[in-house]
Amino acid sequence: MLRDVTLGQYFPGNTVVHRLDPRTKILLVVIYIVALFQAQSWIGYGLVTLVTLVCMALSKIKPSSMFKGVKPMLFIIVLTALLNIFYTEGTPVRPGWIITWEGIARAVQMMLRIILLISGTFLLTYTTSPIALTDGLEILLSPLKKLKVPVHEMTMMMSMALRFIPTLIAETDKIMSAQKARGADFETGSLIQRAKALLPILVPLFVSAFKRADELAVAMESRCYHGGEGRTRMKQLVMRPRDYIALVLGLLFLAAMIVLKRVGL
Amino acid sequence: MEPIIVFENVHFNYPGDEKESLHGIDLSVTRGSFVAVLGQNGSGKSTLAKHMNAILVPNEGRVLVDGIDTADESSVLDVRRRVGMVFQNPDNQIVANVVEDDVAFAPENLGVEPKEIRRRVNAALRLVGMYEHRMHAPHLLSGGQKQRVAIAGVIAMEPEIIVLDEPTAMLDPQGRREVVDTAFSLCRGKGMTVVLITHHMEECIDADRVLILSEGRLTADGRPEEIFADKALLEREGLEQPETARLLRELREAGMKFPGEALKIDDCANRIAQALQAEERSRSSWQKSSPKS
Repeated sequence: MLRDVTLGQYFPGNTVVHRLDPRTKILLVVIYIVALFQAQSWIGYGLVTLVTLVCMALSKIKPSSMFKGVKPMLFIIVLTALLNIFYTEGTPVRPGWIITWEGIARAVQMMLRIILLISGTFLLTYTTSPIALTDGLEILLSPLKKLKVPVHEMTMMMSMALRFIPTLIAETDKIMSAQKARGADFETGSLIQRAKALLPILVPLFVSAFKRADELAVAMESRCYHGGEGRTRMKQLVMRPRDYIALVLGLLFLAAMIVLKRVGL
Repeated sequence: MEPIIVFENVHFNYPGDEKESLHGIDLSVTRGSFVAVLGQNGSGKSTLAKHMNAILVPNEGRVLVDGIDTADESSVLDVRRRVGMVFQNPDNQIVANVVEDDVAFAPENLGVEPKEIRRRVNAALRLVGMYEHRMHAPHLLSGGQKQRVAIAGVIAMEPEIIVLDEPTAMLDPQGRREVVDTAFSLCRGKGMTVVLITHHMEECIDADRVLILSEGRLTADGRPEEIFADKALLEREGLEQPETARLLRELREAGMKFPGEALKIDDCANRIAQALQAEERSRSSWQKSSPKS
């Protein structure tokens, strides 16, 4: 049951989007978000939507999996839309109504903005393996090392956490089976009862996780780990022509959005 | 022969522990040899192993690895790159999500050039027979395979010594055989010094030397044939004779005559066959000679 849990939401593939350097993709997402917030008119939103759809088509990610990413946010999206409908002043749809034409337009635009925001960032995690993502982040954030931010340690922790997710899931499964074999009941009862039933799982899980951490630290030390200093990497990230092309296109897109905003469209 | 690891009167106790875990160990391991260390739980086997790559340093006495004192903090990395350690739980020593990334971990830490790392990783994975699995996720491998990946991760440092601390304790028989065979091929084929800590007698049969550790003291040290023939010693240490040695002993007690000891299954079978043939011969010669008398 727990084995089916996939975290990181990475869909392996071999499209242009997949092959881009993770650094390029992270930068592009930042550019995309900035550009998205420049949109003020239907033309602006139309352009962002178009760009998003083109990227989705290039990455060959199914629209249905995109929708799955948006689904958990549905509540916030609807709430934002409702607030905008009722709280925007302007010409009422009918005399005496609170709902205004401007409100409806704003609501639709806000919904679009949130959906586009989610889709854009999900495109990054859908097409980039977690390891590539942490590698890219470490390099992009490396200037912060000068400010004594422990960038290497943070990314090391992230990749280590990702490495141990399947191990800990398997362990949880094992503990749950052991408890069930001794008559524990996780499926029935009120919410509070079920939450209480989880305690006998969490305690052994934590104990063994700490033990694991201890052993792992010794194993890492004995393999000469001594922090990020003087460390090299077997897999070097290489910026290829397509990365530069993608970045230039991204910047052009941002420029277009800024111009649109200035013109007042 | 030149010693590569030397223990000189090593005493050690864990902080807050009254009893000493190591109680005056004197030991020297010859370069290129295969040494097996036996002992019951709590006998200090793992503590001994951890002294070999400066994870623990003695309270008293000293440990020299290739002439370097492990207590010297400035040369800890020099010690650790010479001594590779493989631990009991394969899950808790694999650090990366992909087999080849894990094998690259140690050379990356040592600051080796990327191209050289790639060469070492491929060579190490071929050596342990896991090259085909280099792109796999470690959690999908069997226990024996994981442990071989862990060995590859250590070999990629190009160490001179490999210390295996109960590497087979959590494995099934198949996995145990894989790991022990790999360890022997590293010693016999590559000339590495191997220290294997275990409580499975069968794994020590081919070793050059067997040590028995009991309550922090070395109580026996010799060739496997000598150690395993000594029933009194093994009983005192709470160890069992390997099945082959036990079979020969029981047959001997039942009246069959065997020259010397045989620990390997093939040798043992040959000895029994020879003894049976000899018996057959003596019986038929008796039958032939009996009509004359």
